[in-house]
Amino acid sequence: MNAESNAVPGLPLEERGAPARMAATHPFLWSVRRELWEYKSLYLAPLAVAGVTLLGYLFASMGYALSSQDMARRRSALTEPLHFAMALIMGAAFFAGLFYCLDTLHGERRDRSILFWKSLPVSDLITVLAKASIPFVVLPLLAYVITLGVHFIMLLLSTAVLAGSGLNTGTLWSEAWNSDVGLFYHLMTVHVLWYAPMYAWLLLVSGWAKRAAFLWAALPPLAIFAIERIAFHTKHFANLMQYRLMGPQGFDMGGTGSHGAHPMMHSGLGTFLLTPGLWNGLILAAIFLAAAVRLRRSQGPL
Amino acid sequence: MTVIEARGLRKAYGATVALDGVNMRVEEGRILGIIGPNGAGKSTALNAILGLTSYEGEMRVLGRDPWKERDALMRDVCFISDVAVLPRWMRVSQALDYVEGVHPRFDRAKAEGFLAKSSISFEPGRKCRGLLGSAGPGDRKIRELSKGMVAQLHLSLVMSIDARLLVLDEPTLGLDLLYRKQFYDSLLTDYFDRSRTIVVTTHQVEDVQNVLTDLMFISRGRIVLECSMEECEARYVEVSVHPAQIAAGRALQPIHERQVLGRNILLFDLKRAGADATPLAENLHALGEVRTPSIADLFVAVMGNRMAGAQGVAQ
Repeated sequence: MNAESNAVPGLPLEERGAPARMAATHPFLWSVRRELWEYKSLYLAPLAVAGVTLLGYLFASMGYALSSQDMARRRSALTEPLHFAMALIMGAAFFAGLFYCLDTLHGERRDRSILFWKSLPVSDLITVLAKASIPFVVLPLLAYVITLGVHFIMLLLSTAVLAGSGLNTGTLWSEAWNSDVGLFYHLMTVHVLWYAPMYAWLLLVSGWAKRAAFLWAALPPLAIFAIERIAFHTKHFANLMQYRLMGPQGFDMGGTGSHGAHPMMHSGLGTFLLTPGLWNGLILAAIFLAAAVRLRRSQGPL
Repeated sequence: MTVIEARGLRKAYGATVALDGVNMRVEEGRILGIIGPNGAGKSTALNAILGLTSYEGEMRVLGRDPWKERDALMRDVCFISDVAVLPRWMRVSQALDYVEGVHPRFDRAKAEGFLAKSSISFEPGRKCRGLLGSAGPGDRKIRELSKGMVAQLHLSLVMSIDARLLVLDEPTLGLDLLYRKQFYDSLLTDYFDRSRTIVVTTHQVEDVQNVLTDLMFISRGRIVLECSMEECEARYVEVSVHPAQIAAGRALQPIHERQVLGRNILLFDLKRAGADATPLAENLHALGEVRTPSIADLFVAVMGNRMAGAQGVAQ
């Protein structure tokens, strides 16, 4: 700095820190990255589940398959865990996402680190969007990639076991691939689009509650349910909640069930995208997120 | 150039008024100390400057509205709000990586230079490997560092940012004398120059006695005293008076009196004596040794009188 001002003595002070000296930054990417540094469980939980299912597969399923003489049984012993592992990994990612959303905006106020984050040129919008990208982008992709990895290892092992038995292992691979495509479809439609208002609600409560964020997230829906039940003897709100959790009628929330074939999904996707509930939910999610951004602006440490 | 300009700044939390019509103006190249009792509104004032709280009234920091443009403002403003706000789960290298990743004016080499001089062990030049940033053996978590080391780390980060305004809210709270001295020493030698501005609040006024260029006393949301250190030295004097001459001393209307080791120390406000302060100053020299009061003594005198005055009104 001194050398610079010596070189140009008449330089007005306003010239300091001209845009040319600004380094390129990526606030959004670094914000996502730091969430992964802080919440290691986001990837450790699905990875641990993947490890356990692989171990189970290695010892239990393969042991059973090898001891069984019946080819059909041997085959099902080796293929069933594919779906089972997929469901478990997805579940682990799903719950990791719920707990993350409920904690993240609360945690930064609890440990006072919000003062550090706010001392840096990262807007509240970018911060909240980075946090929202964890359940909306990072976790579904992570669950998908981990499942692919687990399936790949399982299939390699199965192929080795079945190779000598004369069974066609090729159908095994294509079956697994079909269910993986189905998984991706399921993650994108159900976990991202359909459940979006749920994650956004949890983020909002996390940013708002002073303590007991879980209670604040769970009690208002329960209270509305109870009041409606007592006052009007109706169940509209409960039906609404059930609708959100279970999905619209006729839409296969399982997605990854027996009929993971592509044409089926395409027709299902059309119906899904035309469901008003989907768009209402997305609008609600946007409102919750906007409220969370606004709230973070005025929030300080607890 | 004016760095901070506030007019009629007001902030109330329910019935409690934290800031009650504060006007302030801080020019570039100053080191302003805001001193006040607990709950006087110091932190509220700083939070308003930093865009952390809303307020009534008008405020411009580096020409921006802090409440509306916090993220843009933070490219030119740094702050240390407390000694313990660095996230405890973070590693030293992660802190460097993150600030480098989001702050356009952060100079990593400079930060590593500061850290090398500190007692914090870290691996120079180590950047995050992979998305998750695997940790090296010498790379410690912030929760494993002592309070003094965390303060050193935070200061190293902040001093490596080419900012124009640095705001420090109790930056040395709970640190021992050595760390506190080191903190202000490095701030003055390695960071401050005439194109930067620093605003600091602290209860440890003796630490900043020789650091400040401007002084502001604040009480119950109002500014009680505002002057540069030169003005302050020209205006306030204290005289150590021998007990025999105490009556003569009191006749000159000191604003405060205290006893130290058998002698009475009388503190005078030369401005209060009227337009012509010279005769008073000469009289004081006859009483005993005349010197500039410390900020702490001045604070006690000015604030003590106000408290007494407020109590008198209440009675």
